[in-house]
Amino acid sequence: MSRRLHPRVTQAIAKTLLWAFTGLTLLILLFIIVNISIKGLPQVTSSFLLQDPQDMGRHGGIFSTIVSTAYITLLAIILASPLGVGTAIYLTEYTREGWATRIIRFGAECLAGVPSIILGLFGFVLFVLKLGFGWSILSGGLTLAIMVLPIIIRTSEEAIKAVPQEYRQVCCSLGMSQWQTITRIVLPSALPGITTGIMLSVGRSLGETAVLLFTAGSALRMPTSLFDSGRTMAVHFYILAREGISMPNAYGTAAILMVSILLINLAAYTLMQRMMRRFS
Amino acid sequence: MDRGKFVERVLFLLALSSISSLVIITIFIFEEGLPLIFHTGLKDFIFSSHWAPTKGHFGIAAMIISSILVTLGAMVLGVPLGLACAIVLAEFCSERLRGLLKPTLELLAGIPSVVYGFLGVIWLVPLIRNYLGGPGLSLLAAAVILGIMILPTVISISIDALTAVPDVYRDGSIALGATQWQTVHRVVLPAASSGIITAVILGMGRAVGETMAVIMVAGNALKIPTSILDPVRTLTSNIALELGYAAGRHREALFATGIVLFVIIMILNLSATLLARRK
Repeated sequence: MSRRLHPRVTQAIAKTLLWAFTGLTLLILLFIIVNISIKGLPQVTSSFLLQDPQDMGRHGGIFSTIVSTAYITLLAIILASPLGVGTAIYLTEYTREGWATRIIRFGAECLAGVPSIILGLFGFVLFVLKLGFGWSILSGGLTLAIMVLPIIIRTSEEAIKAVPQEYRQVCCSLGMSQWQTITRIVLPSALPGITTGIMLSVGRSLGETAVLLFTAGSALRMPTSLFDSGRTMAVHFYILAREGISMPNAYGTAAILMVSILLINLAAYTLMQRMMRRFS
Repeated sequence: MDRGKFVERVLFLLALSSISSLVIITIFIFEEGLPLIFHTGLKDFIFSSHWAPTKGHFGIAAMIISSILVTLGAMVLGVPLGLACAIVLAEFCSERLRGLLKPTLELLAGIPSVVYGFLGVIWLVPLIRNYLGGPGLSLLAAAVILGIMILPTVISISIDALTAVPDVYRDGSIALGATQWQTVHRVVLPAASSGIITAVILGMGRAVGETMAVIMVAGNALKIPTSILDPVRTLTSNIALELGYAAGRHREALFATGIVLFVIIMILNLSATLLARRK
């Protein structure tokens, strides 16, 4: 039979191991960020950003992919924001917990768990084939809107719930209608939180590949209408890396993608923290 | 109709958007994939590993097994690492340090999956090829990359579960003379267990559903792996690799693959939701 270690010794061993694991995780994160930045950022020049790709992306920059990314993301946000914020208002201000809220929450939770390849399949069959939009900015934006909807619902709900109840009571005592209370007081107070949700959605859209490969396609031309196919930066990076077209350009694209997503997420996080601190 | 009622109706319709999207997605995936499952037979589709779309053979057993193995591998790496981070952040570090570390670790969630896949190809695959043998593109590579990718999910949900344990539990245990680690190990972890299991299940869901990173590092070979160094093709990569050019029965077979994936994910998510609700 082995001797039992003194609890203090066990504790020391456990703490060392746990901190080592945490350190390892932080190192992995650091490695990813530093590696992509060091190899990628030197590639990022103004001509890289402002020139269209040439020769399948072997030469030139990534301008048309930035434009496609912007169009698709913008479309997804414009479509998903009213739906998401509306859902959040309904859930927090208009109903008590019951079967209706349970179904709505269940839907949002499940939707958040649907993997992007399934969304890609769905967008491909409904928007690209059945509705005849083809591989296009429109199909990509519509499918992405469904993908980011749960993010907007969850963050907006959290933000609206954080607005103190007294605000509503004061409005009520002043004789304001419920709708006036929501549009003049609750939504403006919750705006930083709602913006956070939208920013997180932009971050998620920038990095998405599987959905867009099958809905927006991979044409490198500059899109001129909603029905044009458009290759986003993430899809462009995937194709450059996978087909080994140009490693420098792949690193450059990855660096821009990663840095912008990290900055957006960081800003979103700070905004939410600041709002929560104001109300608590 | 008065204005308040009208607004409520409109908002209710908006609120139905998420559940109706879910229903429409389910209908379309099943509508496209079910005909093939009926045609091939559910048993042959799931239990045969003969996949030759041009010759009319649609068996996805090898991919189901690969998906399961890759996911289990990811859990072996991701759960201890993630849980360790969560315990350190929730129990062993100062408020200030937690305020710094938590958002930093959440950054992992923002890194796009293609970037994980790319770094996997550049760094991990050569390491495996040179030191362990085989082609490098392998089950092991996919499991390691996925293990890292599920960290944010495991960490953030486990932290929530740990911080939800009331402080009186900790105080009581410390007052009885237990060390901090004994308290965490014997009191806090058991109390938070259902939340931690939820975190693990959601991490699994994320690993099963991940596509782009897996395609890049797993090697995509069509066979049942016999070693962790064998290249594998998962359910997700099968869909993504072939959807671009598939037509007719072949395309239906990819949607049928999607059905299997969808069902697995829904079972995982549902059990996570039920477990979280029981709390």
